[in-house]
Amino acid sequence: MSTLEIRNLHVTVETPEGTKEILKGVDLTINSGETHAIMGPNGSGKSTLAYSIAGHPKYTITEGSVTLDGEDVLEMSVDERAKAGLFLAMQYPVEVPGVSVSNFLRTAKTAIDGEAPKLRTWVKDVKGAMENLRMDPAFGERGVNEGFSGGEKKRHEILQMELLQPKISILDETDSGLDVDALRIVSEGVNRAKDTTGLGIMLITHYTRILRYIKPDFVHVFVAGRVAEQGGPELAERLEAEGYDRYLASA
Amino acid sequence: MTVTDHTQATADAAHSHGIVPDKSRADRVVSFDADVFPVPTGREENWRFSPVRDLRSIFADEPADGHLEWTTSELPAGVALTEVPADDARARTVREPGDRASALAVKHSGGAMALTIAANTVVEEPITIDLRGTGGDVRGHLLVEIGQSAEATVVITRTGTARYSELVSVDLRDNAGLNLVLLQQWDEDAIHAGEVVARLGRDSRLRGTVVTLGGKVVRLNTSAAFAGEGASVDLFGLYFADSGQHQEHQLFVDHAVPKCTSRVTYKGALAGKTAHSVWIGDVLIRAAAEGTDTYELNRNLVLTDGARADSVPNLEIETGEIEGAGHASATGRFDEEQMFYLRSRGISEDQARKLVVRGFFADLIHEIGVPAVEESLLKQIDLEIAHVEEELEHE
Ligand SMILES: Nc1ncnc2c1ncn2[C@@H]1O[C@H](COP(=O)(O)OP(=O)(O)OP(=O)(O)O)[C@@H](O)[C@H]1O
Ligand SMILES: [Mg+2]
Repeated sequence: MSTLEIRNLHVTVETPEGTKEILKGVDLTINSGETHAIMGPNGSGKSTLAYSIAGHPKYTITEGSVTLDGEDVLEMSVDERAKAGLFLAMQYPVEVPGVSVSNFLRTAKTAIDGEAPKLRTWVKDVKGAMENLRMDPAFGERGVNEGFSGGEKKRHEILQMELLQPKISILDETDSGLDVDALRIVSEGVNRAKDTTGLGIMLITHYTRILRYIKPDFVHVFVAGRVAEQGGPELAERLEAEGYDRYLASA
Repeated sequence: MTVTDHTQATADAAHSHGIVPDKSRADRVVSFDADVFPVPTGREENWRFSPVRDLRSIFADEPADGHLEWTTSELPAGVALTEVPADDARARTVREPGDRASALAVKHSGGAMALTIAANTVVEEPITIDLRGTGGDVRGHLLVEIGQSAEATVVITRTGTARYSELVSVDLRDNAGLNLVLLQQWDEDAIHAGEVVARLGRDSRLRGTVVTLGGKVVRLNTSAAFAGEGASVDLFGLYFADSGQHQEHQLFVDHAVPKCTSRVTYKGALAGKTAHSVWIGDVLIRAAAEGTDTYELNRNLVLTDGARADSVPNLEIETGEIEGAGHASATGRFDEEQMFYLRSRGISEDQARKLVVRGFFADLIHEIGVPAVEESLLKQIDLEIAHVEEELEHE
């Protein structure tokens, strides 16, 4: 049982016009096995929240705390956060030319576990996970995300999540740009991880479509750098029907 | 960090009006007479990026006192390594020297060493020549002669230290194939100014790889000229410049006859305050060279502040009847987004940096085609990166 606790999180970025506050006091708690959907208009700070938790150097935390099972996440380096059990499936995964997917996966697994995986079982695990996500084995020899289509990049993110087995996973618009088949395949991967490891999930999305496959326990409306409202799955339906105008007017 | 990209592409002259360089590469003087070339001041077109003061002894018209120790792999049948007297050596050199350093190297080398592969000989194993400097001034003249339809891989490794200048003449007869690997693994105080001139006969194939990691100043000037149709040249280069190192690679591919192909691919990493790399890639497609296909690429990865990469591609085209001609030059900072991505998967900073740099060079290393060299190169690159980490810690 793990808990990610975000308390009164304030985050700024440096812009040419000066320092800009993007997160303005975010409170959110995610426990193992729970799925929290985060929905909100463009530019409201959803990716900023995701990156800040993962430790991207662009963002400065000015106030508040993030803890994982009581440990101060903000004190940890980027790789320490991953080793502590956090995972971020990125909205725009980065290409790393010349580094093969299989080398990357093995290096990451070794780093997370603190020891190299047993070769036999590892090869089998990778093969199985790729099959489940309908990824051609040839991807193993390609450069990380190099020339991958949008959908292939997203599958590759979920592949990593399944293999690295984090405690808490943040999925930043993993569903965007996926066709119906790919959406189903990726969602199955997320549900598998949830079933087998009791993963806790922060699912950032613009669309309720993915929520038909991945059932959220909670829905949070994210507006202007903070959580404006929370509710159950029914809130997502209402957002899709009504949009965010109600929140924007009062924001 | 200073990054300069003096792109001087002359677009297809038949169709448009690009920036035309002052002088065509075709007009550059070549001569065995060193007096034709005044001592460079650093203002000359071909010396303008070079630390000419470090090269002073190489520009001196004086006999040299030192020598390199030669260690050669066992030579199979059809392969000979012989000493050639000066007159004969000049006659067998495919093109006269193109600068003072090269002309003086020939003048004071006391003849040449000639590696000769007899016609129709196919040598399976790489021929290795290790040259070890023991200090002092050394002038060298080397002939590599590949007979008709012969095929060989030659790996020349330079280690130790010297103030070394040389002319390497590469003669590929019709349908010959050569994979020539030149490894500059000098100690950190070595000075090396070399000229490699290649002539490619009909249907011949030259693959040349230059790897420059060591030395204080390494300046290599490679020219390949097509003498017969249907020939191809692939020139690869890999360099890693640290603080205090000047690594300069000049290239000139001369398409004088029709239907030849050339590819130039050079990649470098730079780290440290005074690291400096220079890449000048000239390609000339003469009026007669219809059906030419050429592409040249230089990429530089700047790992720390203060390093400087100069990159100057230059394409001169005198005929519109070509298959293709292009060039690309890019110099970029080390990508923090790549680092973040790898580290967000638990990979440590040091290891992430290794992965990114290795990845940058990966395709090039695999082009060398000599497994032992590829392996040792990967190890050496890791050492270079470890060195970068030390420097970063001291900042
Ligand atoms: N470096 C920066 N300079 C200026 N503004 C920035 C910078 N980085 C982020 N922002 C701004 O911060 C705000 C939040 O961006 P963020 O990417 O977190 O939004 P988002 O909710 O994920 O949006 P989307 O739904 O479009 O993905 C945006 O207005 C964005 O323009
Ligand atoms: Mg976003």
